[in-house]
Amino acid sequence: MQVIKIEGTDDTPQVTLDANPENPFMEISGRSLPEDVVAFYEPILEWLDEYSENPLEKTILNIKLEYFNTASSKLLLDILLKLEDLNDAGNDVLVRWHFPDDDEDMEEAGEEYEDIVEVPFEQVSYSFE
Amino acid sequence: MSEVQNKNRFDFVYDFYSKMKESKVTIAYEGEISHEITKVFSSLAESHIAIDDEASTLKKRVFHVMIESLQNLSKHSGEKHDLKSATDGQGIFFVSKTEKNYTITTGNIIDKYELPGLKLVIKKINSSNKKSLKDLYKEQIKKGRLSDKGGAGLGFIDIVRKTGEQLIYSFFDINEKKSYFVLTSTVSRKK
Repeated sequence: MQVIKIEGTDDTPQVTLDANPENPFMEISGRSLPEDVVAFYEPILEWLDEYSENPLEKTILNIKLEYFNTASSKLLLDILLKLEDLNDAGNDVLVRWHFPDDDEDMEEAGEEYEDIVEVPFEQVSYSFE
Repeated sequence: MSEVQNKNRFDFVYDFYSKMKESKVTIAYEGEISHEITKVFSSLAESHIAIDDEASTLKKRVFHVMIESLQNLSKHSGEKHDLKSATDGQGIFFVSKTEKNYTITTGNIIDKYELPGLKLVIKKINSSNKKSLKDLYKEQIKKGRLSDKGGAGLGFIDIVRKTGEQLIYSFFDINEKKSYFVLTSTVSRKK
């Protein structure tokens, strides 16, 4: 499967979607307030559709955002709903929600997604030091 | 220009400056609100020009409210319908800083037929407690489709959730079809 690797900018996140069975890695990190949020996330959602047809034994998505706007929050939910489908289909799925240890708003955002979607969540705090 | 015109202009500038100082305004802008402009203001906030020495949570909240407010302007301003080729909204954007709080104020022209719906949404949000705001947010994020304007109806809910303060607003009559909508969000500087 094709690897998606998007460098982060000051308004778009860094995205890595690599389903190479040897060393798979899926992560969305940084800041998300794209001018056209739908256009930005479209390839990511399409990638997940294709991936879901033939997923790895274990799917782990790391979300490590320092900031996202409300328009992005809707698209993040769309991503998580795709993982929910994958989970419903009997696959092993995990979302790792990373948040800075001093950012309660980001921690709460993760808890809310965990409430909304039926996917195993792991909250991971990190510090900048 | 005549001397009288010059004098008027200088008076206007000094008057404007004095009023800004009096109202503790740190950012004032009127005009096109594009994505680029939104980025400029938010990076100003981040680079400590507008917000100095604040706790990081507070800084993030001010940043967040600024972005959502500016994006409301750029996407929902009715005035853009009057401009021939512009796709960006037009509006006024103010940030004030007092000892107690930051206030982020926007002003823009809207179509009058949008007024009742807008008032209803704000009243509903303002009368919600923390728990019902959370439910409202979840309901909206699930059902809310991204409109062609790009919003998901979440901006106002999110601002009030992040700040814990009600939205303050007012409308002014422009003509039979248009109104001017002013909205203020408050971020308390106290923990």
